[in-house]
Amino acid sequence: MNSVAIVGASLAGLSAARALRAQGFGGRLTIVGAEPHRPYDRPPLSKEFLAGQMTTADLALEGDGEDLDAEWRLGVAATGLRQGEPLRITLADGSAVEADGVVIATGAVARTLGGDLAGVHTLRTVEDAAALRADLDGARRLVVIGAGFIGAEVACVARTLGLDVTIVEAAPAPFARALGPEMGAALAGLHEDHGVRLICGAAVRALSGQGRVDGVLLEDGRRLDADVVLAGIGARPAVEWLDGSGVKVGDGVVCDAGGATSVPGVVAVGDCAAWFDPALGAHLRVEHWTGAARRPATAAATLLSGGAAVPDALAPPYLWSDQYGLRVQFAGHTLPGDEVSVEEGDLASRRFLAVYRREGRTVAVLGVDQPRSFTRWRRRVNEPAVAR
Amino acid sequence: MIPACPLAALPRGEALRIETDPPIAVFHTEDGELYAVDDTCTHQDASLADGWLEGCEVECPLHASRFDLRTGRVDAPPAKLPVRTHQVVVRDETVYVVPSDLPPNLPPGVRTGSAADA
Repeated sequence: MNSVAIVGASLAGLSAARALRAQGFGGRLTIVGAEPHRPYDRPPLSKEFLAGQMTTADLALEGDGEDLDAEWRLGVAATGLRQGEPLRITLADGSAVEADGVVIATGAVARTLGGDLAGVHTLRTVEDAAALRADLDGARRLVVIGAGFIGAEVACVARTLGLDVTIVEAAPAPFARALGPEMGAALAGLHEDHGVRLICGAAVRALSGQGRVDGVLLEDGRRLDADVVLAGIGARPAVEWLDGSGVKVGDGVVCDAGGATSVPGVVAVGDCAAWFDPALGAHLRVEHWTGAARRPATAAATLLSGGAAVPDALAPPYLWSDQYGLRVQFAGHTLPGDEVSVEEGDLASRRFLAVYRREGRTVAVLGVDQPRSFTRWRRRVNEPAVAR
Repeated sequence: MIPACPLAALPRGEALRIETDPPIAVFHTEDGELYAVDDTCTHQDASLADGWLEGCEVECPLHASRFDLRTGRVDAPPAKLPVRTHQVVVRDETVYVVPSDLPPNLPPGVRTGSAADA
């Protein structure tokens, strides 16, 4: 393999470039990025960056003097992929990149509420974060739509800035999809402790305002006043550009346990990719930072070996969140029906470690302000069940 | 020289955080070696004493950056800067740390004097 093109210049794309070089790939490397920026770190966008404790320079992912000997094509999106030898990627400026191998790392795009009212935000890019921060300064009331981690972190920063904050969630419990209903409720308590109003089981009918948003209307007829609205309603994989390419797409690019797609010479990593997870027996698209940082090493081995490399065992998905000075960490994947037990601390103190089990096997761990125990428990996720 | 703890209070495989400014982490490896480094990961605010100790490496509990405890070198990203190392002395069954004179590599948003935030 003499040339590789990486489509996507964020954490997954950068990690893929590093992995290819570390594994001895000495050929031509091209990195295409839709955003004009060098790779930057997104998790701080809803935390330290939004709070003003980190600058744009602090977000840089590359080390000082790091040189991957790559050609960077930044600020230009990929528009298509054509099979053949070489593979051909077309770009929005009409140019094309040809390569023997392709890494798809185009990430995900924030879902929006639609409409064009000012004061309504999503949070994915550094520009999104700067615009949201500018709007929060001077605002009194924030309504967050969607009780997920980004929404919760923005709520937390907004409370610190002194705003009145309401979170609206369509599901009966907050954070339930990621943490299950029981632990979701425990985390919700943390927000209520800090004066956030949480409305669950409430669908949004419409946003109101003339030019600028002034309220959120719920299906049950309630109206919430708002100066700023954040939609934290998830993201969809950025895979439209693959239409007609032959790369199989479901909820994201469908990959095997080594990152290989349905097209030879093409692998996919990061938020846009749904890898087969042997522990689950299913494909799972994971939008976590750790997966975007670690899995590219496996995908690079798959690509360079032509699929002959035996993939490393997948580390369980891992996420962290900072809320009101407490570190929330979760590893694994929970399904409805898992047994959850608090192993350390207690829910009332908001500092605890909870373990999720399925048929006697530890499948996930949640830690709130328990980093040391979490470090140990995390390694037991997905170990075979032991007789007790 | 700062007294850290009695040697018997720090079994092999364990780590201890000393509340200096900035805090220092002391590690006792499975091979019986003692090392001290700044406790705060150079990438983002996390305590390395809470991390995973394996051989002469510690893995940050938050983002899995790995540091070589002997040199402070980054063995795995996302950290970009080495963590400052300190000398460890054992005298009369007590562990002491001789703090480094070099400036620390603290992550963005963390400064000396702000340890109470951690």
